[in-house]
Amino acid sequence: MSQFDLVVIGSGPGGYVAAIKAGQLGLKVALVEKDNSLGGTCLNVGCIPSKALLHSTEVYQHAVHGKKHGLVGAEKLTFDVAAMLANKDKVVAQLNMGVGALLKKRNVEVVRGLGRLVKSGQVLVRSTAGDRTLETKNILIATGSVPVELPFMKFDGETVISSDHGISLKAVPEKMVVVGAGAIGLELGSVWARLGSQVTVVEMLPGIGGPAYDTDVAKAAQNAFEKQGLKFELGAKVTGVKKTAAGSALTAERDGKSLEFPADKILVAVGRKANTTGLGAQEAGLKLDERGRIVIDAHYQTNLPGVYAIGDVVTGPMLAHKAEEEGVAVAENLAGKKGHVNYGVIPGVIYTDPEVACVGLSEAEAKAKNIEVAIGKFQLAGNGRAIASDCTSGFVKVIACAKTDKLLGVQMVAKGASEMIAAACAHMEYGGSAEDVARTCFAHPTVSESFKEAAMAVSKSSIHSL
Amino acid sequence: MAVEVKIPPMGESITGGLLAAWLVKSGDAVRKGQPLFSYETDKVTSEGTAEVDGQITLVVNAGTDVVVGQVVASIEAGAAGNAPSAASAPAAKPAASSAPAPKAAPVAAKSGAAAEISPAVRRLSEETGLDPAGVEGTGKAGRVTKGDMLAALSGQAPIRAVAPAAAPAAASAPAAPAAAVVIPSRDGRTSRKRMSPLRRKIAERLVQAKSETAMLTTFNEVNMAPVMELRKRHGEEFLKKYGIKLGFMSFFVKAAVQAMKEVPAINAQLDGEDIIENHFYDIGVAVGTDKGLMVPVVRDCDQLNFAGIEKAIGDFGKRARDGKIQLPELQGGVFTISNGGIYGSMLSTPILNHPQAAIMGLHNIVERPVAENGQVVIRPIMYLALSYDHRLIDGKEAVTFLVKVRQYIEDPQRLLFGV
Repeated sequence: MSQFDLVVIGSGPGGYVAAIKAGQLGLKVALVEKDNSLGGTCLNVGCIPSKALLHSTEVYQHAVHGKKHGLVGAEKLTFDVAAMLANKDKVVAQLNMGVGALLKKRNVEVVRGLGRLVKSGQVLVRSTAGDRTLETKNILIATGSVPVELPFMKFDGETVISSDHGISLKAVPEKMVVVGAGAIGLELGSVWARLGSQVTVVEMLPGIGGPAYDTDVAKAAQNAFEKQGLKFELGAKVTGVKKTAAGSALTAERDGKSLEFPADKILVAVGRKANTTGLGAQEAGLKLDERGRIVIDAHYQTNLPGVYAIGDVVTGPMLAHKAEEEGVAVAENLAGKKGHVNYGVIPGVIYTDPEVACVGLSEAEAKAKNIEVAIGKFQLAGNGRAIASDCTSGFVKVIACAKTDKLLGVQMVAKGASEMIAAACAHMEYGGSAEDVARTCFAHPTVSESFKEAAMAVSKSSIHSL
Repeated sequence: MAVEVKIPPMGESITGGLLAAWLVKSGDAVRKGQPLFSYETDKVTSEGTAEVDGQITLVVNAGTDVVVGQVVASIEAGAAGNAPSAASAPAAKPAASSAPAPKAAPVAAKSGAAAEISPAVRRLSEETGLDPAGVEGTGKAGRVTKGDMLAALSGQAPIRAVAPAAAPAAASAPAAPAAAVVIPSRDGRTSRKRMSPLRRKIAERLVQAKSETAMLTTFNEVNMAPVMELRKRHGEEFLKKYGIKLGFMSFFVKAAVQAMKEVPAINAQLDGEDIIENHFYDIGVAVGTDKGLMVPVVRDCDQLNFAGIEKAIGDFGKRARDGKIQLPELQGGVFTISNGGIYGSMLSTPILNHPQAAIMGLHNIVERPVAENGQVVIRPIMYLALSYDHRLIDGKEAVTFLVKVRQYIEDPQRLLFGV
């Protein structure tokens, strides 16, 4: 007889949310976690710690530039990296405890150890305390992802580092090279640049932020970051690391020319890959795709009956909130409800300053789909709150269907874009049009009004632009 | 106390129709018996009246499809009009609760409706009159998006009948009485409105008659001089005595009745493979109204005198144009007379009033040269048409019937003797 209705492997945002939801819906759930702390990559070495560091360094930057706001002696301000890291660890610890409390509330049993899929209905948990076999009706694999390593420059934790190391550097590197201008590279590059590191971001693509963003958005973000001292080397293909008299240097080539970027630290942030290490996928006959991701059907079920998978370990954007939605959907399906994830409305955010955010289709994607679009843009320089809050860098772009006025996508470079994008998601989730946004009352003064203005600009009726 | 205003039952075959127009608006004070709305079914147009004095709040838009028993408004019974009995709540309460109602009720209704639809959909609905409840929603949980509205307005998506259950919740309180919804196209070159239930029924019945019967038409012509002469001679006295003009219709009704007695196949209908022979003479008389053709039935025409027939037809004509014909008055006819002549028609082929077996068409009276006894003379001539269901009526019978009618009209004294 099964001990559990559901055993979840991995306590990241996909796994723990699924466990809580399933518990909430009355299922008997066990959650298997190999690490000492709950929360997975997101909470321990990803989203949350990087946000803590971004906030600390932003506070520092605000203070340093506080003269015009009446701060005296700001130029001489110093900082303590160890204290920043301690604050970050405190934040993480608090949330670790929070997740534990939430799981307990829903009667989810947390089982410590490395979860191994034996077969449908059976999970083996190995730990220093011994092995334990869990019998269960259903299994949910939520083992997440790990940083991609470049084969010719493996992580050494000293010079060549991953994001896991990048959030815990004991001292500010004088020169830092970031490989990859995606969210992780830009965020961690920003952290160390704000503390004085000379940061060079080397990217193979011609623009930053990844393919989700339109060129104008990526360019605006790049300009903002360059003003903060970040250097960008775009269209450059990394070739390796070499030792120099001064230390190390990243080598790359562009248009057939060799480039060399001296670096104390080389942060490789070229992406993440599905993590099935120790899962026993092959032995259990679990089907993986050519990129090592677990293959699932429309209901997240793998090729093994009763075995499900969600989050970074399956297809789709590697985002915590995407994994959470999938976790909820699986839990609901198992409880006899109808879980559903709308993949058309999953926001993406780069938590820099200004933040960069998008949801839905980019203008380029819409055009590639042969959709006639109407575009509305609004510069933050025309927003009262942005002027008062000293954050006029950036703009909001609304991509609407020219025929139906339906919101197809929203992109933005703005202070608080991560919060502002939620309004766009809500409108899009309900099939809203640009006019719907334009006719929704926004609080004044807020930076969010830029979204409303951009929506009005779709029909060339923006109030606060010339 | 709020009293619900419901769509009244109209007869057993009617389950719903169109709330065509509001005659009052939300917040109005209404009196018991006061007409509140006009209501069209596939057969008749009617009115709904207030059952109590009080203040009304509308919950359904004009132009909405409704079903019998559906709540379309509520009336807050006024404290002054209906003094509460001692047994009910303290005397002060009804007065206090009814006092703020004039302002509160419409506002509440409006904000409730606003929560249901997106702002752009609301704007389009108010500007065009298109009720989103009739538009197929593609948004989350079937919500109507702006794109859905635009598609419906441009004719790319159908505008469906409003689901009765959803109507009260989705509708907002209309600011003023509104007639049937007319939607102009974006370029203004066409406009679109839904068929009224009456029109829909007419369409359905006409197609049914065309497709389910073996219909054909026979013609004849009739010299109207004798009837005109009779009218001239007795018309004034007739009017004085009966208070109604002596028209042509009474002659044709009488002639048709007599001819049907001679040719009983005309007064019959098919029911599956059975033939039903009627032994009564309830004749439908087509009356044109702005909503469409109606055919009220004059009962037992064989037993009515000319005055009785003229009175019945005159009364129907007036009430049909006022939309006050009752449903039972449209049912049970065995034969129909349609007079296209009043619009100037020279000749036409009427379509059967299903399931009747025959319909006679009258036309205009035109002076025509005709040959009588080897002489060309000018006579007021009318062409007659008889469309009939050939499955039931043979050509001989149809032609004989029409010849009989001609004979009775050309020599009305025959009607006296039945020859």
